[in-house]
Amino acid sequence: MSGANDPYDPKEVAALAPEALRDAVEGARAAFAAAADLDALAAVKPAHLGDRSPLLTARREIGALPPAARSEAGKRVNETRAAIQSAFDERRAALQAERDERVLREEAVDVTLPWDRVPLGARHPISQLADHVADVFVGMGYEVAEGPELETEWFNFDALNFGKDHPARTMQDTFYVGSEDSGLVLRTHTSPVQIRTLLDRELPVYVVCPGRTFRTDELDATHTPVFHQVEGLAVDRGITMGHLKGTLDAFARAMFGEQSRTRLRPSYFPFTEPSAEVDVWFPEKKGGPGWVEWGGCGMVNPNVLRACGVDPEVYSGFAFGMGLERTLQFRNGIPDMRDMVEGDVRFTLPFGTEA
Amino acid sequence: MLIPVSWLGTHLQLPEDVTAQQLADAFVGLGIEVEGVHPVGPVTGPLVVARVAEIEELTGFKKPIRFCRVEVGPDGQDGAADSRGIVCGATNFREGDLVVAALPGAVLPGDFKIASRKTYGRVSDGMICSARELGLGDEHAGILVLPSGTASPGDDASELLGLDDAVIELSITPDRGYCFSVRGLARELACALDLPYGDPAAIEVPEADGDAYQVRVEDPVGCRRFVMRRVCEVDPTAPTPWWMRRRLMLAGIRSISLAVDVTNYVMLETGQPLHAFDANLVKGPLVVRRAVAGEKLTTLDGVERVLDPDDLVICDDSGPVSLAGTMGGASTEIGSTTTEVLLEAANWEPATVARMVRRHKLPSEAAKRFERAVDPMVAAAAAEMAAQLLVRYGDGRFGRGRTDVGTPPSPAPITMPLALPDRVAGVRYERGATARRLGQIGCRLELFTADDGTAMVTATPPSWRPDLTQPADLVEEVLRLEGYDTIPSTLPSAAAGRGLSETQRRRRAVARVLANTGHVEVLPFPFTGPAVWDAFGLPADDVRRRTVRVLNPLEPEKAELTTTLLPGLLEALQRNVARGQRDVALFHIGQVTLPRAQRLPVPEVGAEGRPSDEELAGLEAALPQQPTHVAVVLAGNRERAGWWGKGRAATWADAVEAARVVAEAAGVELRVVAGDLAPWHPGRCAELRVGDIPVGHAGELHPKVVEALGLPARTCAMELDLDLLPLDGRRPAPRVSPYPPVLLDVALVLDEKVPVAEVAEVIRGGGGELLEDVRLFDVYTGEQLGEGKRSLAFALRFRAADRTLTVEEATAARDAAVAAAAERFGATLRA
Repeated sequence: MSGANDPYDPKEVAALAPEALRDAVEGARAAFAAAADLDALAAVKPAHLGDRSPLLTARREIGALPPAARSEAGKRVNETRAAIQSAFDERRAALQAERDERVLREEAVDVTLPWDRVPLGARHPISQLADHVADVFVGMGYEVAEGPELETEWFNFDALNFGKDHPARTMQDTFYVGSEDSGLVLRTHTSPVQIRTLLDRELPVYVVCPGRTFRTDELDATHTPVFHQVEGLAVDRGITMGHLKGTLDAFARAMFGEQSRTRLRPSYFPFTEPSAEVDVWFPEKKGGPGWVEWGGCGMVNPNVLRACGVDPEVYSGFAFGMGLERTLQFRNGIPDMRDMVEGDVRFTLPFGTEA
Repeated sequence: MLIPVSWLGTHLQLPEDVTAQQLADAFVGLGIEVEGVHPVGPVTGPLVVARVAEIEELTGFKKPIRFCRVEVGPDGQDGAADSRGIVCGATNFREGDLVVAALPGAVLPGDFKIASRKTYGRVSDGMICSARELGLGDEHAGILVLPSGTASPGDDASELLGLDDAVIELSITPDRGYCFSVRGLARELACALDLPYGDPAAIEVPEADGDAYQVRVEDPVGCRRFVMRRVCEVDPTAPTPWWMRRRLMLAGIRSISLAVDVTNYVMLETGQPLHAFDANLVKGPLVVRRAVAGEKLTTLDGVERVLDPDDLVICDDSGPVSLAGTMGGASTEIGSTTTEVLLEAANWEPATVARMVRRHKLPSEAAKRFERAVDPMVAAAAAEMAAQLLVRYGDGRFGRGRTDVGTPPSPAPITMPLALPDRVAGVRYERGATARRLGQIGCRLELFTADDGTAMVTATPPSWRPDLTQPADLVEEVLRLEGYDTIPSTLPSAAAGRGLSETQRRRRAVARVLANTGHVEVLPFPFTGPAVWDAFGLPADDVRRRTVRVLNPLEPEKAELTTTLLPGLLEALQRNVARGQRDVALFHIGQVTLPRAQRLPVPEVGAEGRPSDEELAGLEAALPQQPTHVAVVLAGNRERAGWWGKGRAATWADAVEAARVVAEAAGVELRVVAGDLAPWHPGRCAELRVGDIPVGHAGELHPKVVEALGLPARTCAMELDLDLLPLDGRRPAPRVSPYPPVLLDVALVLDEKVPVAEVAEVIRGGGGELLEDVRLFDVYTGEQLGEGKRSLAFALRFRAADRTLTVEEATAARDAAVAAAAERFGATLRA
């Protein structure tokens, strides 16, 4: 080895010769390219970038050079090292990408395999419809009121202006309980909830009352003795029949689409005066758009207001009621009402968990 | 009610071109529901009046067959009557009768083409028609025989039969009794279409010359008016004139005899039901009174009826002879020999008649009208009209005098602001509309200005409108006559609502979580019966057997209102299984009916004003409790089998899990303790509690119950009372420690009878504040633990709120927990 101050000819230090350095780069590149995977690459790395690699050996020789030559030689060595390192990095990146791709390819599965280990259940379409109706009215500022299914005749009939012996009372096909004069019935409509609401709540009142109701109809394709109604009631100062019409129109649009609207036909209910039947324009009616009977409505009979202690001179109100089974039946085109009561999961599941 | 258009037209000036459909539409606009519009006929081609000249009975056929020679015109060949042979299967006619023959080339309703054809060995040159074949109604018991002298053979029958007519079928609402008559319906049309109207009841009623018959009304409440007229020397064989028969036929009423037909005809015309007595069969004066308990009356339908003291009856010396307004008695019935006719036109109190109809199940045409109120002022005119018809067509003679007892109530005047209809409708009607409309329906009006300057009207309703009692009733009249289609569509400005209540939101959350965890909602009926309680193995004194009974159930074996949701759910489960489903998870949220220990009677409460608080409390107290329950039933696999491996059968634990998710959705912490309640398996029944309050049960059903109900093996169920879950309205305010936890496991060996839930609770208590979570991760039993012992392995997570916990601190806390378990249950650490 030469002394530090010895005159020095770098060409004589073979390891630092430009040719040698060029060979080192070429050799490293060839070796890296030959490495087929990351493990092989790691295995050849020490030979070209490790402590015993020719390049590192050359660098140690730099000190033997005369000071004037050191800088140039150092630069040359560093460039060489950078070249080898970059060749290594390139190759590693390529091999990594190849590996990642292979792993993903190998991990591929048949995504069409079914996975229905615990299938979702479903809510009954009538419940969903009841909730939907409630939401529509809650959106208009209404609240939801409820009441018992077994009712006193006072709430189901008397307070609703059904005369004791009036034929309207017998037209309701009532289920009596206990004895005929027990004073208790299975409610024939959700209207008793109107009475409960007017007795319990502060005026003004805007409520919607979904619930289960009962009439002695034999179960068939279009009747069921146990069914659901939704009742609406608004009692405020200055309520008009125009308000009733507007509310029904809004309800119809929410249920049957923007094209829908309602039509009123005069009718009779003891608890409303004037009274009307409601027809709804149903754009998707079978056989073409048309009117469908939907429910009943009217202005709350002043006798009903009086029975609840509301002054009909100051307050007026409207009420309406629809059958949910019937609504669902024509809205969804369900031919047989029995499907709604039998509880066959194949009927209910397609309705899903949310309206 | 069936009403021929031509009959309406006799009291109305209908425009020539008006169609039956236009009239039907007008009725709908008035609030009278139209069930159908039925055209009479139509018949095209030759339809003639024929006289039966000769009848030859053909024999050798399965049914009677006649070959008839009928004369169908005066100018046949050689000056003889034109006659032809027609085969006929009916036997209700004789030689000489006038009938209607459809000749070859005629087409009857239903595209029924008549042709000359060979049948029963003869050539039938046409058809002798029944009323139904002609589209004149439903009568088809025999062919139509016209009263003699109605027409001549060969006359065009179409005109005589009025086949260009139509019948409108109406459904009358119970408030409009006056619409059960041509008189009332024609008036309605006159209002709607602004047509001139002639009141058929406006006939001249001569001054009475004494009573027609002696009548004493002892019950003026039930009997508001009683009118009698007598017709003597009636020819009992006189036929009903064709025009009347035709109208009755089209109205769906069968012709019986002239006297009966006249009473029916006048009822349809005026709305006043009439009853005809055979005066020779009535013994002594008539008395109107309530029945005496136990009295009997055989009514016209041949049924002997035991009377109720509330029944109103007409009696003679022999006792009751007629059930007032409902049905006459057999003993005084008009018969084939009756010549002396007593006509009764009475006005009965609607409620009295309604109760008799219900009591005796006798919904007659007369009762239908009385129940809905009959115009009390029309009685005398109706009796007169009937008497006139009987005299004229029965060749009779007016009896002397007229009985007319009672002063019926007249409608009270109603005063209201003239603009009230506008205010209720939200419409500004044309000036004078209210007065005009109220006048049209027959009100007497008085207009005036109130002290405050408001224009007012006092309207006295006509006698036929007892339904008009308050301003709202008058408002409806104005609105419907002006047309509901003129009412605008506007939205009220509802008060700001508070959204769904907490109970409602919770019920939705519960339904949603059950659906989202694989349960399907069903809505079974609440009706059940003792067979289910027996199958459930409920002891005789089980509280769930104490039910409210339905008086008129659709299925007699299901006459009870259920006290639990399980019967309905299990029935739905059975149905699904029967239809091939294996893995079924169902739920239902609904009210059950729980009678109170002491049943209280429903108090009598009026509806004239707000009941007192005591009365309202009395009404509530009489109602059984009706809490909302949620229940689940499970059968088959809870997790399905598939390519991933085996399925997992639903077990008692899934039923408990359903309860847990319900409680979690409801924001309530549920405690589980061992329970024992039918219909659950005594060893696999969990009692569900909130705090110390039992709220329900979950687990596997008793094998005997499964067997008795034919359920899939190991069916599981859960039911809890949602109303018992407290709603405290508190919102959680969690503090989250940012410091790391220390995780320690502990395995305790203890008696296997000790419930895990209790061990976990004791550990939780013993671990103190630092113990954040306790979770059972293994249960082990084995010989080395000893008889009756098991090992419970818990993962404990410790954490401090304000610092990083050291292992030493955590270990001390764990030791405390273990010590607590050791003290309470004798638990030891597993080696």
